[in-house]
Amino acid sequence: MTAIHPPSSRIWWKQPVDRVELVWIGIALVWCLIMFFFMPFWHVYGEQNYSGEAYRVTPDQFIRKTNEFVAAHTVRTETDRNIPVVRPPAGSDVYLLARLWAWHPILELERGQTYRLRVSSADWQHGLSIQPINLNFQVLPGYEMVLNITPTETGEYAVVCNEYCGILHHTMLGKLYVVDPAGERSDEI
Amino acid sequence: MKSEFRTCPKSGLVFHRPAERLIKANAVAAVIFLAVGGLLGLLVALTRWPAVQLLDAQQFYTVLTGHGVVLLLVWILFFEIALLYFCSSVLLRCRLATPRLGWVAFALMLGGAAMTAIAILQGGSSVMMTSYVPMPAAPNFYLGLILFAVGALIGTFMFFGTLVIARDEKTYEGSIPLVTFGALTAAIIAVFTIACGAIVLIPTWLWSIGYISHIDPLMYRLIWWGLGHSSQQINVAAHVAVWYAIAAIVFGATPMSEKVSRGAFFLYILFISIASAHHLLGDPGLSSEWKIFNTSYAMYLAVLASLVHGLTVPGSVEVAQRKAGHNRGLFEWLRKAPWGNPVFSGMFLSLVGFGFIGGISGVVMGAEQINFLIHNTIYVPGHFHGTVALGTTLAFMALSLWLVPVLFRRELFAPKLAKWQPWLFGIGTGLQAFFMMGAGTLGVSRRHWDMAFTGSAFEWAYPGMAYTMMALNGVSAIMAVTGGLAFVIVIVGTVLFGKRSDVPANYSFERPAVLRGPAEVLSGHGSVGVKGFPAPGTFVLAGFLLLVFVVYYFINYGYLASVWKFS
Repeated sequence: MTAIHPPSSRIWWKQPVDRVELVWIGIALVWCLIMFFFMPFWHVYGEQNYSGEAYRVTPDQFIRKTNEFVAAHTVRTETDRNIPVVRPPAGSDVYLLARLWAWHPILELERGQTYRLRVSSADWQHGLSIQPINLNFQVLPGYEMVLNITPTETGEYAVVCNEYCGILHHTMLGKLYVVDPAGERSDEI
Repeated sequence: MKSEFRTCPKSGLVFHRPAERLIKANAVAAVIFLAVGGLLGLLVALTRWPAVQLLDAQQFYTVLTGHGVVLLLVWILFFEIALLYFCSSVLLRCRLATPRLGWVAFALMLGGAAMTAIAILQGGSSVMMTSYVPMPAAPNFYLGLILFAVGALIGTFMFFGTLVIARDEKTYEGSIPLVTFGALTAAIIAVFTIACGAIVLIPTWLWSIGYISHIDPLMYRLIWWGLGHSSQQINVAAHVAVWYAIAAIVFGATPMSEKVSRGAFFLYILFISIASAHHLLGDPGLSSEWKIFNTSYAMYLAVLASLVHGLTVPGSVEVAQRKAGHNRGLFEWLRKAPWGNPVFSGMFLSLVGFGFIGGISGVVMGAEQINFLIHNTIYVPGHFHGTVALGTTLAFMALSLWLVPVLFRRELFAPKLAKWQPWLFGIGTGLQAFFMMGAGTLGVSRRHWDMAFTGSAFEWAYPGMAYTMMALNGVSAIMAVTGGLAFVIVIVGTVLFGKRSDVPANYSFERPAVLRGPAEVLSGHGSVGVKGFPAPGTFVLAGFLLLVFVVYYFINYGYLASVWKFS
């Protein structure tokens, strides 16, 4: 009987199942298993993974560490707001602070080098979105996220905030340079 | 106490009078909120159309918060409460449990929704539907949601109570119908969902009035998504039940196999209700093992359930059509389907759109690593306009076009407009989903007033194609809202001005006839179909869906392999 009536057989679970359904369930289950196994597979064979490494940190601690980092490695400032551009040594710890409504500081990284990028928020939740490669992470106050990141192409990148963070959210835009290891930054993306 | 029933002469449905009144009230409230939410949605889409940018930033964030809360929670839950009363009391020919409490539930939901809506309109609670801490909203924003949820929980328990009464008073023989089983699935998930809502929103409310000093933002996200995502899984269970109901109403279709369809609903309960992990794939502080396991439970059995329904719902339509004589070739059953009947066209567009747009995108972005390419971009709203607007909302609209005339004993108002309604709304929301997903792939953020970043310290320009996509999203939104407006006109017109039925309602205190299944036992689907496959056309369509799914999945991993390395 139809779906708005009781099933025709009282013991409906004994009703035979059509072949079309069994074949489909089999195919679909195989695909579901492939999708599951592909995630751990990518951890082994892929090069874009986040391990989950993170630490508890208070906003004050993180702001202090960022300020020390900026003081140690600033190479120049940009715009009339004198925003520092920081060029840390290859392979070192790099700090990026999200706060209402700016990313601090501007980072200048070398292509092909791996950095320990540490990100946290001074206030509300933010979203770290690196454009135009379109890589996106959640930034939470109280948590210091550690990403071992290796830029593979030189250029000027935008750091967009893509978690809503209040009235000037849409002005929260930062910058990130990736330069050739030789030291000269190329101006093209 | 004696109960008053009437039997609808056209549909044969039996209405318990207090249940009928409650279904009407909840459905009317749902449609009003749908109209409000749809209008807010139009303002959002016109603001995100870069050349128009209708609202200023402050208005935009307020309106966007309202759009999310009103449509994702209020419209949907009011309709679902009406649906739960319908699937228990009406389908089982049973008196509704505790109808007076139903009015308390209704008042709580209405009052709660109004309280939250006022808090949003006052401007101090533009925190988006997710209200992520520590960004604060006004205390009434949370309190209204809590009251609304308590009302919905009461309605859910009345559904359970009615099932118990129906069984106790033997108003039906055998097992509950498949549609009621689907509604039961939705109700069970609803209890879990509302529990999560209480666990997260009550402390947040206490925090907002200064009673609690700190709420951990990650813990908030973990539990909030137990509310936020599970509520969408109530929708999936409910709209799949509605698809089966419409297949039964329009075609008299029999489920291909009760065992398979019910088994698939059961998988929803076991495997999707706690799967909020895919919202936290880009979050710090959770291990990859946790993320991978909890986003998939090792085998994506909830996805399997949806893939099964994706075959069995159109499959049952195909079998019914073939039995009715449309048995030639693979697709005669589909060509000869009643495309001019909005109840069918709405259901079928909802089914196809949910599968191809909402379903595929949802699973792909729920893969741990692909999520880094999509998290918080406008791809995400693109995905859930494919699920909630095109899938759930359109399915509910299609059912309403059949149910409201039956319920109010009036003829459908403006049937020509009704005929076009699913196409306008379905294609409009489908295109919106498509263009938002396209813009998100190009990096455009969700919940963002100005993709040109005016007023920032720096300049940054998205590709021209992203601007084009956002403009096309605006155009598509106009089409979708036109379809939504057509729905509201048809429904409100039917309720107020539809031609009254000549047959009097004939309420009676007699006990309705017991609901019975047919006497004969079916063993298969007779001689229809090709090579032992009763629904070969559906099988081919489902195979095409899976092919698109697989290709799109690996395209995304392929692109991911080309970006920066990180670990």
